[in-house]
Amino acid sequence: MSEEFKIEIVNPEKSFLVKEDVLEVVVPAFEGEMGILKDHISIISFLKPGIIKVFSKSGDENYYVEDGIIEFKNNNLSILTSTIISVADLDKSRQGDLLKKAETEASKSEISDQAKYLADQKVEVLRSIN
Amino acid sequence: MASLDDLKKRIASVKSTQKITKAMKMVAAAKLRRAQESAERGRPYSEKMNNIILNLSNGISDKENAPKLLSGTGKNKVHLCVVMTSDRGLCGGFNSNIIKKAKSYFSKILNEGKQLKIITVGSKGNDQLKRVYGDKIIENISFKESKNANYFDADKVGRIIIEKFEAGEFDICTIFYNQFKNVITQIPQAQQIIPLNNEEDHNNSDESYEFEPDEDEILSNLLPKNISTQIFKAMLENSASEQGSRMSAMDNATRNAGEMVDKLTIEYNRSRQAAITKELIEIISGAESL
Repeated sequence: MSEEFKIEIVNPEKSFLVKEDVLEVVVPAFEGEMGILKDHISIISFLKPGIIKVFSKSGDENYYVEDGIIEFKNNNLSILTSTIISVADLDKSRQGDLLKKAETEASKSEISDQAKYLADQKVEVLRSIN
Repeated sequence: MASLDDLKKRIASVKSTQKITKAMKMVAAAKLRRAQESAERGRPYSEKMNNIILNLSNGISDKENAPKLLSGTGKNKVHLCVVMTSDRGLCGGFNSNIIKKAKSYFSKILNEGKQLKIITVGSKGNDQLKRVYGDKIIENISFKESKNANYFDADKVGRIIIEKFEAGEFDICTIFYNQFKNVITQIPQAQQIIPLNNEEDHNNSDESYEFEPDEDEILSNLLPKNISTQIFKAMLENSASEQGSRMSAMDNATRNAGEMVDKLTIEYNRSRQAAITKELIEIISGAESL
């Protein structure tokens, strides 16, 4: 029996990525990183800023996301996100821009704890990409 | 009868108008393709979002405490209408179709004795509505600077709506936009986004999901996003419709200008001939009298 399932990443503008031969996906779920294999139980979860790792027969890919929601059902993984960038496309200057934005956001004093947490996450993840 | 010179000038002016409308048609056709593509590409996102929310709302434990964005305030008093139109004119019946639809809805609401609030997106809608409903318009948003519909603009509108909802300024929110069917047909739509209307199907409720965090929290986070998504979808549909409508309007205008040029040319030739004949008769009768 094959161990593959389907992944679909969509953002509001377009269908970002569709793959049929995925073996494992690691997503930065709200309560910690979560690996998804074939025949995972149906799940709906939020994403926090982090890296989505897609392991497939045709190669591994990493994507940076800032937010989103995932739904896994009948071996179909749907990821809805408004900001997604392939790590391979994330060059130094773009990374720096995003980092600066996240840092200013995190340093604001009047934001809520949750927003602060998310902004801190962004900073952390962006620093870690290298 | 107009003189030869006048006719000549008119022919020239109609011809140059025809050139302009032709160019506008071509520009609209090029933009239409892009707008149509992005409208089609945007559909999966809003469909998936809808699906997830449907699944979530079926699985929600107690309906009483469901987020207000889903279940409504329980009242039906103040209606907020978001009328989405274009920022540019010369696009046939595009704007007036939306306005017509919106106006009939407005008068229905007012006849029922309910309160009406209006947000206009796009300057053309504002222009047409402010004469009659000027005092009802609470906000006017326009994205003249952004070339294409983008998610951040939609999110801005969504945030404004949610802010007002949380401040208790309205109970029911409806958006008006044109759904793109094809180049000649755009259907004006009225879609209720708050509270969410999901009586369509409850058939897949036997699916059991694991939620992380729990469903209430997901739902209360997701619903505001859904509002922006729905508005974004409306914006995409609208921009495709606008270009389609403009294209067919400009096509018609080009054709009409062509007909007019033909008619004027015939008239011009006739009066030229008449003038020549008249001169000939004058010369001949002058020669005869000698």
